[in-house]
Amino acid sequence: MSDTAVLEINHLTHRFGGLEALTDINVNLRKGEIAGLIGPNGAGKTTVFNLVSGFYVPTEGDILFKGKRINGLKPHVIASMQIGRTFQNIRLWSDMTVLENICISQQYRLSYNVADAFFGTKRFKSEEKKIHEEAWTLLEKFNLADKALDYPRNLPYGVQRRVEIARALSLNPDLLMLDEPAAGLSTSDLADLISYIRWIHDTFGVTIWMIEHQMQVIMTLCDYIQVINFGKEIARGTPEEIQTDQNVIKAYLGNGEID
Amino acid sequence: MSNKSKKFLVPGITAVVMVFIVILAKLDILNNYYQTILMTICINVIMSASLNIVNGYMGEFSCGHGGFMAVGAYVSSLLSLIFFCPGNSITGHALLPPGSAVFLFPVVILLGGLASMVVSLLVAIPSFKTRDDYLAIVTIATNFIITTSLNNIPVVGESRGLMGMKSTLSQMNNVVDLPWSLIWGMIFAALTVYAIHRIMTSTLGQGISAIRYDEISAEIMSVNTNKMKLIAFTFSSGLAGIAGGLFAHMLGFINPASFGIMKSTESLVMVYLGGMGSLSGSVLSAFIFTILLELLRPAQIFKWVIIPLMLILIMQFRPEGIMGTRELPQVFPKLKKLFPVNLNIVRRTESSDTGGAL
Amino acid sequence: MLSYLAQNIINALQWGSFYSMIALGYCLVYGVLRLINFAHGDIFMTSCYIAFFVITGLTAHFSGITGAALFAITLVATMALTALLGVVIERVAYRPLREKGANRLYVVITALMIGFILENGNLAFLGASSRRFPDIIPKLIWKVGPVTVTNLKVIVIVSAFVVFGVLQFIVQKTTLGMSMRAISYDKFAIPLMGIPVNKVITFTFAIGSALAAIAGILFGMSYQVMDPYMGMIIGWKAFIAAVVGGIGDIRGAFLGGFMLGIIEILVTAFLPSSYKDLVSFIILLIILTCKPTGFFGIAKSTKI
Repeated sequence: MSDTAVLEINHLTHRFGGLEALTDINVNLRKGEIAGLIGPNGAGKTTVFNLVSGFYVPTEGDILFKGKRINGLKPHVIASMQIGRTFQNIRLWSDMTVLENICISQQYRLSYNVADAFFGTKRFKSEEKKIHEEAWTLLEKFNLADKALDYPRNLPYGVQRRVEIARALSLNPDLLMLDEPAAGLSTSDLADLISYIRWIHDTFGVTIWMIEHQMQVIMTLCDYIQVINFGKEIARGTPEEIQTDQNVIKAYLGNGEID
Repeated sequence: MSNKSKKFLVPGITAVVMVFIVILAKLDILNNYYQTILMTICINVIMSASLNIVNGYMGEFSCGHGGFMAVGAYVSSLLSLIFFCPGNSITGHALLPPGSAVFLFPVVILLGGLASMVVSLLVAIPSFKTRDDYLAIVTIATNFIITTSLNNIPVVGESRGLMGMKSTLSQMNNVVDLPWSLIWGMIFAALTVYAIHRIMTSTLGQGISAIRYDEISAEIMSVNTNKMKLIAFTFSSGLAGIAGGLFAHMLGFINPASFGIMKSTESLVMVYLGGMGSLSGSVLSAFIFTILLELLRPAQIFKWVIIPLMLILIMQFRPEGIMGTRELPQVFPKLKKLFPVNLNIVRRTESSDTGGAL
Repeated sequence: MLSYLAQNIINALQWGSFYSMIALGYCLVYGVLRLINFAHGDIFMTSCYIAFFVITGLTAHFSGITGAALFAITLVATMALTALLGVVIERVAYRPLREKGANRLYVVITALMIGFILENGNLAFLGASSRRFPDIIPKLIWKVGPVTVTNLKVIVIVSAFVVFGVLQFIVQKTTLGMSMRAISYDKFAIPLMGIPVNKVITFTFAIGSALAAIAGILFGMSYQVMDPYMGMIIGWKAFIAAVVGGIGDIRGAFLGGFMLGIIEILVTAFLPSSYKDLVSFIILLIILTCKPTGFFGIAKSTKI
């Protein structure tokens, strides 16, 4: 086990009832990497993410985050260990302002209780103040401060995406898992997204793990990529190696002859 | 008016209005009939606002609110009878000097609320794993379990009911002659609204609302959803228990039948009429509902055809209720002047840091 | 002791038959629409009153009709009228919400409210005095060993099985049944397949309500006491039965009804009768906590 391994997945196999969704998946993410997870639809990529997030308990295998085994821990506990995650469709809380969306992520370190809130104790007031100040700082970093009091549903899709990623970063994560961040973006937005993710990586020093279908994004950003199909890993390597790997091409395009 | 002193504006106005009402009551300008209506409004405000926590903010479907009201009603009545009422049906004599009721009445009411909180675990714990229709059934089953259990407990008079709570009020009147029932009703209603506002707008309370919009992403964002559900259910039921205690002392007589599914329906109507997640909505609808019920009194049993019909029409044509998810200051922006500005959500400018407390 | 138990079991089978028949109606509607039709118990109650008035009307004007003929005409008329009631409710209250794509919550609340309107409307229009369901067919009593069996008990129990059998046939073997099952899986793609969703749903409500009517008439004949709130508590119990069996699966509803009937009669045999409801609801709570999908139900998992 390497010292700089942020996430380690060993021999992960997962079954849903009789269906084996994942077979012997192994991952080793080192600190500061940008890694990609790709594969055809239904390959099991989001299942891997869901297992790391704690929505399912792995049937076999271990998932270690910062050296600690997280199999079976509840999602909110895993989140509080500082893993951030986004989803394919934007799952912001629609009737809350952007600012509120960011603040709620601080739930894991709330030290006040209901009584404090009712009586308005010093502990309550100072903590609310701190949470909001940090939220403002984060939004300013993301250039979203002027949208802080808007509701997500009134914002353009691209901005909502940014808010969602900012929300994930408010957990101050060591690992950021992005599930298809380019979904729904037009080609012109892709270049923005790429520089945006690179900016996040450089500014926050966070390890990034990405599921993506847009090859442009994956190939440009990732240090290395894993490809899975039907729940099994079929290739891993640098973007150049993946692009020329026969197994990958077959998985995406089928067995037909390519002229 | 400075921001800091604005903190006291609305509470101050509320206190003045309450004192004014008490004076009117003492002078008998507000006679017993109107006092009862005001009291009922207060109780309905508590029931409506408290159910809104679970059904509105959290987006669940709890149909058994009447049951928690029952627990509070019975527990506080029992305590009240035992401690303050000479010649009560349970111990025969008052265990405490009856005059102490003046100070201890609110304690008895709060203990009723506490009992409701404990019973609400019957619903809170299943809610961790169940949602929607199934949770609705659990809440209704719990409501039935509470009322049928009460029907089988001899010490509370089984289905015949419990009475004598008015004696507590007369004991209080012997010390200081004031409309105590009304006073405590108003105080608890005001405190309920205050508590819900404070708690649900705090970051802690917003975790509860996050569950309604997207429970999965709430978990991803480190919200302990089970803890949130526990807080929501116990808080909501505790308040219902308080309302129950006030209800019992206002009427002087309670029986299990009055806390069945019809009572729960009243609270449901008020919540959906007012708007899910709107505190001002539930307060408004409590007022409207109580007055409507009073106006419909001549219609007798038809009342209970009209009320369900009302709710059906609301579901058809305006399911978001009167206020939707908004609060009064959002609909009437001029009202914002009455409240202090929350400095935490004011955008900071480059050079200054306002840094004031809430 | 044995005869006491045996007698109770016969009574339990009769009692359970009612729960079964009503539970089947719940199940049908839930199976297709994922809607718990809280008004169903009150439709059962209303059918009992409809039967009452049909019989009163018939015997007043055609004094020659008695016995089996009276029973047959009443059965058909009541089933038709109750089916009509169910269809009207669906059209007026549920369909508009369905077409608007309203949150399921609103439909459930509407169902609950319709139930209240039926109960209180009955009370308001017909008054509080309880009525007695008239005797239609002459009672025949047989002694089988230590146990007393009446023809009515037999009819009730047999009816429950017949109803179940017919329903199983419809759901499994007919096109209508197939459409019903299809709709429960995917309401949006189905119209694209050429299935008239609205028609199928109308049929479902009609059949479900007709079932309630059968139960209503037989209940009136068996126990003869009628009151506007009788549907509420029986409806709830039948609903418990459907959930215990596994709501959405008619085998579950059928078995659940009998199970609940047996539990309740046994409770009344050994404990004060006021505990009956309490025990039933506690059982419901336990089952919902431990195995929310019941015995036959299939757990539904949501894709994250």
